[in-house]
Amino acid sequence: MTHRIYFDNSATTPVRKEVVDEIMPFLTELGGNPSSRHYEGRVVRTAVEAARAKVAAALNADPAEIYFNSCASEGNNTVLRGYMLGLGKNTKKNHIITTAVEHPSIFNTAAALEKEGFEVTYLPVDGKGNLNLDDLRKAIKENTGLISTMFVNNEIGNIYPVEEIGKIAREHNILFHVDAVQAVGKIPVDVKKIGCDFLTVSAHKFYGLKGVGSLFVKRGRVLKNLLTGGHQEKGKRPGTENVVGIIGMGKAIELAVAELDEEAKRVAALRDHLEQRVLAEIPYTRVVGDPSHRVPTLSNISFRFVEGEGILLKLDTEGIAVSTGSACSSSDLKASHVITALNGDPEEAHSSIRFSLGKHSTLEDVDYTVDTLKSTISLLRSFSPIYDEFVNSDKH
Amino acid sequence: MNYTEKVMDHFLHPRNVGKIENPNAIGKVGNPACGDIIEIFLRINPEGIIEDISFETFGCGAAIATSSMTTEMVKGKHIDEALKVTRDIVAEELGGLPAEKMHCSNLASEALHKAINEYKAKYGLK
Ligand SMILES: Cc1ncc(COP(=O)(O)O)c(C=O)c1O
Ligand code: FES
Repeated sequence: MTHRIYFDNSATTPVRKEVVDEIMPFLTELGGNPSSRHYEGRVVRTAVEAARAKVAAALNADPAEIYFNSCASEGNNTVLRGYMLGLGKNTKKNHIITTAVEHPSIFNTAAALEKEGFEVTYLPVDGKGNLNLDDLRKAIKENTGLISTMFVNNEIGNIYPVEEIGKIAREHNILFHVDAVQAVGKIPVDVKKIGCDFLTVSAHKFYGLKGVGSLFVKRGRVLKNLLTGGHQEKGKRPGTENVVGIIGMGKAIELAVAELDEEAKRVAALRDHLEQRVLAEIPYTRVVGDPSHRVPTLSNISFRFVEGEGILLKLDTEGIAVSTGSACSSSDLKASHVITALNGDPEEAHSSIRFSLGKHSTLEDVDYTVDTLKSTISLLRSFSPIYDEFVNSDKH
Repeated sequence: MNYTEKVMDHFLHPRNVGKIENPNAIGKVGNPACGDIIEIFLRINPEGIIEDISFETFGCGAAIATSSMTTEMVKGKHIDEALKVTRDIVAEELGGLPAEKMHCSNLASEALHKAINEYKAKYGLK
């Protein structure tokens, strides 16, 4: 295949070369089990602990507060379900507060907890996808035990005020979990500044491997295990460690944090260029989300009168990978609950395209993409019945 | 399941798009499940032959491809022949569709049937 333009870095990122180099010896020569006391085991144990120290340093946590697991979906489940299981029959704190725009690994888990008799409040967002902290204050009740919010939204890129939320949680003695999956490598993530009790991270969003994540659990906080088994991860997460995933994650997060300032500036300039050109050169387009509280890598744009899957397919054949919140491109044919939460309009979700840039994105990629979009959108509009109706009415 | 080559061909090069001149039968249907809309325009001659046909579609790749395929399959046919075209036949002609996309192929044939049935009702045809 010739040059591909990958603008789907929020879905996952390719593994970076430095990570491949770092894990290579552990794929080829160093194959011991980190729990073994012999040399083969000890070498691997040392590398796993070095990776833990790197993850901890990146998040301003203590290495003892970092638990490796299989992904952020597991991390999010561990917090919500582990919290619930820990309460046992003592159900005085069975109210959880989360938001209407969480990733399915929170959203669907919260819904599952509701079936178990828990009470869940989903905080609404405004038309730009922002939370109102007064809604949070009003939602807090006697029996509220846990607040779980994302740091950065995966579909629109909004950054949520986790420090303020953390402060409110502490004032009310409520535990606070942050899904920081989309934040690492894009904005600083500091567990002490946020003041959270739990925080989830996933390596494949910052050029590490897929299938490895880590959960920060503040010292003194306890979550009931989801799995029973061996003593790994201090008995909190049994199973022989994903050694290469963990070692790669250490390297990836170290580099992501070291490069953050410079890379954020570079990518933001590209993203802004893309957005400005699209808005100026393609009529009936609109930014979804809040441009003033957003990560530098992401732009979500709606292209009125055309359906997102069509845009995605067309761009794909022209060598460009993007994603869409359209119902038509999801296997359950449901529009994105995130974009629908913004204004209750499934039509907007239908027409929305997410461009998520990354460290490999260039100005040439952006310009080629905008040029391709211009022809794609006008072609799809040329036979869109709702566009036809719109131009032939005198509404516009 | 991914789209077949034939689906992609009809999606990338849709046949019979836009609005024909002087249509005498129009069928418009929408899918409440995902909010997609298909409109089919026909010009039927006094012998009941579909002289010309076109479509406008707001929807996914499968919706566009099935619209294109449906129009191609019935162009030049008698309306009673055209009424025999169902979603399964269109899907088969396209080499199959992903399971969750089968409802899209319904839309094009529904719009076609609606247009023809209204035309027949208007002229008192059975
Ligand atoms: C905000 C957010 N949380 C959780 C996840 C789940 O991550 P994983 O794929 O590691 O389970 C994702 C991944 O898309 C995400 O964007
Ligand atoms: S038109 Fe919505 S899934 Fe095909």
